[in-house]
Amino acid sequence: MQKKVIFKGKLLPLALLAPQLAVTFIFFFWPAGQAIYQSLLREDAFGFSREFVGLENFHEVLTDPSWVNAALNSLVFSGFVAGLALGLALFLAVQADKSIRGATAYRSLLIWPYAVAPAVAAVLWLFLFQPNVGMLGRWLNAMGIAWDYRLNGGQAMTLVIIAAAWKQLAYNFIFFLAGLQSIPASVLEAAAIDGARPARRFWTIIFPLLSPTTFFLLVVNLTYAFFDTFGIIHSLTNGGPAKATETLIYKVYVDGVQNLNLGSSSAQSVILMILVIGLTAIQFRAVEKKVHY
Amino acid sequence: MATLSLRDVRKSFAATQVLHGIELEVADGELVVIVGASGCGKSTLLRIVAGLETATSGQVVINNRDVTELEPADRDIAMVFQNYALYPHMSVFGNMAYGLKIRGMDKAEIERRVKAAAEILGIGPLLERKPKQLSGGQRQRVAMGRAIVREPALFLFDEPLSNLDAKLRVQMRAEIRRLQRRLGVTSLFVTHDQVEAMTLGDRLVVMNAGRAAQVAPPMEIFERPADTYVAGFIGSPAMNFIPAVLEDGGASAKLEDGSSIRFADGPRPGPAGRRLTLGLRPEHVEPTNGDGSIPLTVELIEPLGSETVVHGRAAGGMPIVTRLQGAFSGQSLSVHLSPKHLHVFDAETGRRLDS
Repeated sequence: MQKKVIFKGKLLPLALLAPQLAVTFIFFFWPAGQAIYQSLLREDAFGFSREFVGLENFHEVLTDPSWVNAALNSLVFSGFVAGLALGLALFLAVQADKSIRGATAYRSLLIWPYAVAPAVAAVLWLFLFQPNVGMLGRWLNAMGIAWDYRLNGGQAMTLVIIAAAWKQLAYNFIFFLAGLQSIPASVLEAAAIDGARPARRFWTIIFPLLSPTTFFLLVVNLTYAFFDTFGIIHSLTNGGPAKATETLIYKVYVDGVQNLNLGSSSAQSVILMILVIGLTAIQFRAVEKKVHY
Repeated sequence: MATLSLRDVRKSFAATQVLHGIELEVADGELVVIVGASGCGKSTLLRIVAGLETATSGQVVINNRDVTELEPADRDIAMVFQNYALYPHMSVFGNMAYGLKIRGMDKAEIERRVKAAAEILGIGPLLERKPKQLSGGQRQRVAMGRAIVREPALFLFDEPLSNLDAKLRVQMRAEIRRLQRRLGVTSLFVTHDQVEAMTLGDRLVVMNAGRAAQVAPPMEIFERPADTYVAGFIGSPAMNFIPAVLEDGGASAKLEDGSSIRFADGPRPGPAGRRLTLGLRPEHVEPTNGDGSIPLTVELIEPLGSETVVHGRAAGGMPIVTRLQGAFSGQSLSVHLSPKHLHVFDAETGRRLDS
């Protein structure tokens, strides 16, 4: 039962749409257009002169070893963040789904990290892993492990991955729990009677039935890891040591804001924009088709 | 192939006791129907047999093996659910093969069994489809097929027909009965529908508030209901209940309007004045013009085609329902309570009183 409201004339519908259109235009199309425009220019650091250079910025970016390094970092970072956040969230959601008693308390506790600002989350993890004052950092060093993420690139990457995954865990958890609760109990009972043990039930029934949720979350998590983790990286490692945790989005900031290389930074933004458009398109296609079962 | 015994099965959910000591022996190849109103504990009982619920106390014994503590997987049972509970992401073949694959059966044998079951159920052409591409009746058949291929010791049916439309339900009912006879698998069938219960069961368990009110073959339940609950539950329209007291040394009953009915099959025990409930099915309330007839004011006429159900009220305000052959119209009707078909119950306990 869908009710269609039909407006007379064009003025009222346009007026109703205007605020949303204005927001989209001012905060998306305009800056995006600016970025594309900038990416085709070369400007000196003081803003005295600019010249049109075509796609030269893009060529430079794509052949720059430090950009390739950032791209690889991004891949490693987002892969691990998505994997860790999804895997842990699924595990926790399955546990919460099992024990309905106390589930509400458990659930709300797990949702909290999502409400924590990225910088605050970073500080929390800093308190844990800082080698001189952090609880776990000191403990690791006492155990004989030379833990200092300010010197060791691998350790720095591990730390930002953990912090970023922790932050995303809550979001994934909510979706997984909802997905689990929409699986009819009788289907699992039928599987139990058919002789499937819990582990087998999970992999042959629950996991396939969760696949739409998992796929949706995978795209969301990749997008998150690629674009929304600037704050965490900035507060924890500043992209270091020696650019070990410099992801693509972080490099955009470094090149554009710190080094004032607007042309290159804009070109990088445009590349990222194409990436996010691609990811979103994949997600929309999949949701439309309902490919899963 | 298998027998089933339930020994003093009790179940409580927190403070609420839902099963009060159920005893049941099911013979090999028998189909026993558990019937009762919703909330009587029939589904809980079935789920305890399946191992999906744990009994608070008591034993479930399948084939002389105590399975009370075992997981559903280890009980050698198959169950057909009310909503069919098909695996939505698997094809019909996948659904039926799932249990066999888990048992590590080889592919050729799985294929042979699934094909054979599909043949029996007439779903051969559907094997590649997904459940959502099937109609209700087809899903029902797949659910049956999934149970059959396993060749279990025991079939459990949890109201499997209640999601089907009326016509299909009658058809599937007959099919289930035929199939069960043919395979000879011991079965437990839960329903709230008394017609389903009567037509399907070798024996019925009529449940009331967590107790087995009566366990007997369908016709015995119909002809000799153990108490007023069973008498009122089985048979449609429901039996008439008429309050009366014992008199004449137990040989007859005196109704509230002062008239007497003499028991056709001998005197009932108890002192004069013992309070009784007389039960008489609508088809045994016969229209008459003779002596001792009860005049009724007609309140409602329900024509059913070949017969007519007439709801009337006697002089004292007592409602009486009668079932007449053919059509009927009119404002009043005189009826005769046939003593031959009278059921006599104790008014205090509701239990049947035999001569």
